Amino acid sequence: MIRRTVGASAIALVFASAAAAQDQSIIVQSTTSTANSGLYDHLLPLFQDKTGIQVNVVAVGTGQAIRNAANCDGDVLLVHAKASEEEFVAAGFGAERTDLMYNDFVIVGPADDPAGIRGMSDAQAALTKIGQQGALFASRGDDSGTHKKEVSLWADTGIDPADASGEWYRETGSGMGATLNAGIGMGAYVMTDRATWISFGNKQDYAIQVEGDEDLFNQYGVIPISPEKCPSVNSEAAQTFADWLVSDEGQDAIAAYRVADQQLFFPNAPDS
Amino acid sequence: MFFPEHLENLHSIGEAFALALQLVLSGDPDLLEIVALSLRVSLTATAVACLIGLPIGALVAISRFRGRTIVLVVMNALMGLPPVVVGLLVYLHLSRSGPLGFLGLLYTPTAMIIAQTILIAPIVAALSRQVLEDLHAEYAEQFRSLCLTRGQAVAALLWDARYSLLTVGLAGFGRAVAEVGAVIIVGGNIDHLTRVMTTAIALETSKGDLALALALGVVLLAISLSVNAAVQTLRLTATRQAYV
Repeated sequence: MIRRTVGASAIALVFASAAAAQDQSIIVQSTTSTANSGLYDHLLPLFQDKTGIQVNVVAVGTGQAIRNAANCDGDVLLVHAKASEEEFVAAGFGAERTDLMYNDFVIVGPADDPAGIRGMSDAQAALTKIGQQGALFASRGDDSGTHKKEVSLWADTGIDPADASGEWYRETGSGMGATLNAGIGMGAYVMTDRATWISFGNKQDYAIQVEGDEDLFNQYGVIPISPEKCPSVNSEAAQTFADWLVSDEGQDAIAAYRVADQQLFFPNAPDS
Repeated sequence: MFFPEHLENLHSIGEAFALALQLVLSGDPDLLEIVALSLRVSLTATAVACLIGLPIGALVAISRFRGRTIVLVVMNALMGLPPVVVGLLVYLHLSRSGPLGFLGLLYTPTAMIIAQTILIAPIVAALSRQVLEDLHAEYAEQFRSLCLTRGQAVAALLWDARYSLLTVGLAGFGRAVAEVGAVIIVGGNIDHLTRVMTTAIALETSKGDLALALALGVVLLAISLSVNAAVQTLRLTATRQAYV
């Protein structure tokens, strides 16, 4: 009898703790740049220690992250394509979008700099030069935040790189790191976010050629998924995570993340 | 440059082997967790795929019916299912907005097992069909004289071919443990939850840490080798005992 009761309560305990553990975990749909740079490995243990909430990160391109979130396969969206994010919120999928942090994009290229763009600070002028000379350029080509930014920069140059797709314009259709590997392998210029570049381990003779243009600004935003559209979301934990990220504590933690002595992300959430 | 390029590459391959050894010897808990999940997912998928694929393979092997050739062609063609397509199909079903979304299985090891099972069940079915059909050609007359039912014949064939079928299972396991396309879509490569060897290799490659990626590849090969060696030992021991 006693044994049976003990057994039953042990089973009940297992189920209860499994259920509790389930409640205390959320899925963040996010970008390869934030994950590949190691930011989450730095932030999540701090958040988990404080709240006990386990955060599971799915790192894909911004376009895919938004689509996954629109399928309700996540609790929080953390990406970098403001226009698409605002559409997502307007469509009712996101509760509210908040600016979280920023860094910038850079154009990296081989040491011999075939297009002669080293030291330029005008991204469009640099792309124009690359296009006119037909120097190799590796694009993400995957509808990610970085890809959307790159396409918007080309649009103002009057060059349609899609015409040269497969020639000097190479669309890899892959994540940031994979595109860097491919670009470096073929000697092509690549536009990348600075965080991924700094923490990237296979730079070979590549260096930053173009930086410092206002147009290369890279803003990240955080959006808890709306429980009205997606009843399955753990909205309380999702909101706790979003609130923590934009709180002083979260913002300080973002600012404190450094690789190779450089700060990768600059917090800029509005004061609440 | 002093060293020709290929020597540098060779150097990094050597470095990867050293790193792999170091990783294994250090007993790094993260690595062990990833290895354990890889084994758990792919071995479970192999077991389920055998439960589904072997009876199908056996039934097709002993049956004669109209359109059998078409069935054989389809079975053989399904061996070439692209992992990414399987991943997408499973994703669409398990997504919260999909028909099975209410189960909450997306981004869990269960989802990965489902995807790999779909990927390798056709391999098990098609290969076992071939093995059993050859055996059946030998046994058919005996089965007829014993008036065995179809179910009894299937059971007898599966039992007598069990050692050859181990190789079929290993072929399925090899495909499952090596694929990345399906598990990365339905598992999401989440650290400490759904990260397996292949998705970890893909991640380290995209971080540009090629030496670590290659080292993980060496570890994966070693795992595959150990599983095959274990099955081979089992088979040798069993056949030896059978003749004692």
